[in-house]
Amino acid sequence: MVAVTETIEAVQSVAEGGYKWGFETDIEMEFAPKGLNEDIVRFISAKKNEPAWLLEWRLKAFAHWKTMVEPEWPAVNYPKIDYQDAYYYAAPKYKVAPKSLDEVDPELLRTYAKLGIPLREQAILAGVEGAGDSPAEGRMPIAVDAVFDSVSVSTSYKERLAKDGIIFCPISEAVQEHPELVRQYLGSVVPPGDNYFAALNSAVFTDGSFVYIPKGVKCPMELSTYFRINAKSTGQFERTLIIADAGSKVSYLEGCTAPMRDENQLHAAVVELVLMDDATIKYSTVQNWYPGDAEGRGGIYNFVTKRAACRGARSKVSWTQVETGSAITWKYPSCILLGDDSVGEFYSVAITNNRQQADTGTKMWHIGARTKSTIVSKGISAGRGQNTYRGLVKISPKAVGARNFTQCDSLLIGDECGAHTVPYIENRCMTAKVEHEATTSRIAEDQLFYCRQRGLTQEEAVGLIVNGFCREVLKELPMEFAVEAQKLLAISLEGSVG
Amino acid sequence: MLRIEGLTAEIDGKPILQGVDLEVPAGELHAIMGPNGSGKSTLSYVLSGREGYEITGGSVTFNGVDLLAMEPEERAASGVFLAFQYPVELPGVGNANFLRTALNAVRRHRGEPEVDAMQFLKLARVRMKELSMPEDMLKRGVNVGFSGGEKKRNEVLQMALLRPKLAILDETDSGLDIDALKIVADGVNAMRAPDFSALIITHYQRLLDYIVPDRVHVLMAGRIVKSGGPELAHELEAQGYAQVAA
Ligand SMILES: Nc1ncnc2c1ncn2[C@@H]1O[C@H](COP(=O)(O)OP(=O)(O)O)[C@@H](O)[C@H]1O
Ligand SMILES: [Mg+2]
Repeated sequence: MVAVTETIEAVQSVAEGGYKWGFETDIEMEFAPKGLNEDIVRFISAKKNEPAWLLEWRLKAFAHWKTMVEPEWPAVNYPKIDYQDAYYYAAPKYKVAPKSLDEVDPELLRTYAKLGIPLREQAILAGVEGAGDSPAEGRMPIAVDAVFDSVSVSTSYKERLAKDGIIFCPISEAVQEHPELVRQYLGSVVPPGDNYFAALNSAVFTDGSFVYIPKGVKCPMELSTYFRINAKSTGQFERTLIIADAGSKVSYLEGCTAPMRDENQLHAAVVELVLMDDATIKYSTVQNWYPGDAEGRGGIYNFVTKRAACRGARSKVSWTQVETGSAITWKYPSCILLGDDSVGEFYSVAITNNRQQADTGTKMWHIGARTKSTIVSKGISAGRGQNTYRGLVKISPKAVGARNFTQCDSLLIGDECGAHTVPYIENRCMTAKVEHEATTSRIAEDQLFYCRQRGLTQEEAVGLIVNGFCREVLKELPMEFAVEAQKLLAISLEGSVG
Repeated sequence: MLRIEGLTAEIDGKPILQGVDLEVPAGELHAIMGPNGSGKSTLSYVLSGREGYEITGGSVTFNGVDLLAMEPEERAASGVFLAFQYPVELPGVGNANFLRTALNAVRRHRGEPEVDAMQFLKLARVRMKELSMPEDMLKRGVNVGFSGGEKKRNEVLQMALLRPKLAILDETDSGLDIDALKIVADGVNAMRAPDFSALIITHYQRLLDYIVPDRVHVLMAGRIVKSGGPELAHELEAQGYAQVAA
């Protein structure tokens, strides 16, 4: 989701209950035949007009995937996925690919308007007329890459960003325009055989964003990608690659929604971040996939591999995630702290209500000297939700003076839900310091009563208390994003009390 | 006005209120005094609608409306305010955000427009100055890390902002030094109006030197055992509850 007033209003205007993003766009689509085999991999590669090396790369990943088994260690339960019973490519049908927004199907434009995602660029310089709605005073515009099922629909501010040498485009386009960069870095952080879902993604990924920030450049605006699943029985396999060269800095936001359906749909993404000396990446996610209904019918299976490689000294990566959606979330945004003095941060809020299940956390791998990591995880369970924090802090012998601080707090609402904390610590360095704190609490009756005595409804009171519980994480989000996340938290918990 | 008739209530099967009769006409301030454990806080919770209390008999009306049938937030919206004996901490919830949310909830109910963050800040600043509260108390978590006196002042600040029709102050004076006591008393006195009533629960005559009540009631073992004018408080102070109630 993109942090703009329109979005906030879109959320506000529909704040009476339920999942507000569950509509379906009626648009003519092109599909690959159902099922998964080598021909499908070739089909996707051909659709994207890919060079031979990439097809080879995909086929190898696919061959590897066939030898692997689905992981069973996460604390989540779901019926066996039939990988042959899904589409792996779905894209709006065009005779010729649209070159500008004006050529994009109006139905798609309406979809994004309804979601509150601005595709049109706003005038950055004062005095430029006719460039769409002017941004609210003092607010920086946000560049958006909009991915609809298997393809990117549009990417804004590309030209403006290019002036600074920044590349921001769909990864399918980067394969054409910047093959040397893609070839060098794709799979360098998450190798194709890393895990079951990463292998699957490597074989059939369709679109996602590519970002390159050149040496010394501070990206002048927030970059964001908005993922939308629309087509039925279709998986989404996004691939995002961000490279921050020495001394550069970027803040990137990611949002996602999907229609309400009885079936489960698979979203298996891979996100790779590469950081050189003194580079900084702030990666924020508000995950709002359809969570399924109160009985646990439908919803997205969100099986995602996200990893950052802090290759340069003093580089810093900060993952912030607010996970409110999905039937199942399986996700561990991680940091490989290779460069001396590099820093990894993980701030997470995960909510499970009704029958939602989340197994999420992080991996901090300290390799360089004096590397530092901070983990703050806030898990909220309501209804019959199950919430697991799973984290690994691994400190290599060379990581002298490394430090980690972990804080895991769980909040329970009602007595049919569950919260679990599974921290692993592997410290092989005498001079390293690892601290871990964990708490489990409930919303106290006196807190609720205090709020209600001041005129707040039970739900408003829960929303406020939960937001307070998550404050340390929410304050890490870019400001407008935080406002929206707060509203989402409240909406996600609707019906969880009383 | 508030009318309580034959009110009985219990907690976990243990009778606490054993037939409370009390009337507070509009515009009047009444004090309730009584020994520890006599049921003063219980009465304030029952009036404001806290869960866990079983009302076994009697009635409470506020301006003719059955108070006991309403949810706590409905009572608050219709003007019932409780200054808690032990104000509750809300970690991570900014005091300003909390106060504004509460103010807007009540304003919505009254059909008044909501206030935005800037307007709220203006309102709050004026009141905080009157209460000698440092402005940074707006930024801190609700009651988190507040001293006893700061918590009590924060309650009075909320009252001043929400402008209730019936304020119940449960030992708002305990733990306050004499300067703070005067400030709090000024805050309550400033609320005096023909359509404002208050129940001031206190242990000490001290507060009543600054807030002169229209009536004083003695609550013992869940019953009002004696009522009188402001002079009753002096009697209690001099002779003790047992003597006066006998
Ligand atoms: N939650 C509770 N469970 C059981 N007994 C309680 C509870 N709260 C209060 N009581 C009892 O009810 C009586 C009245 O308490 P309270 O109303 O707090 O008195 P006061 O405010 O006058 O000191 C006391 O005997 C107290 O122990
Ligand atoms: Mg008491």
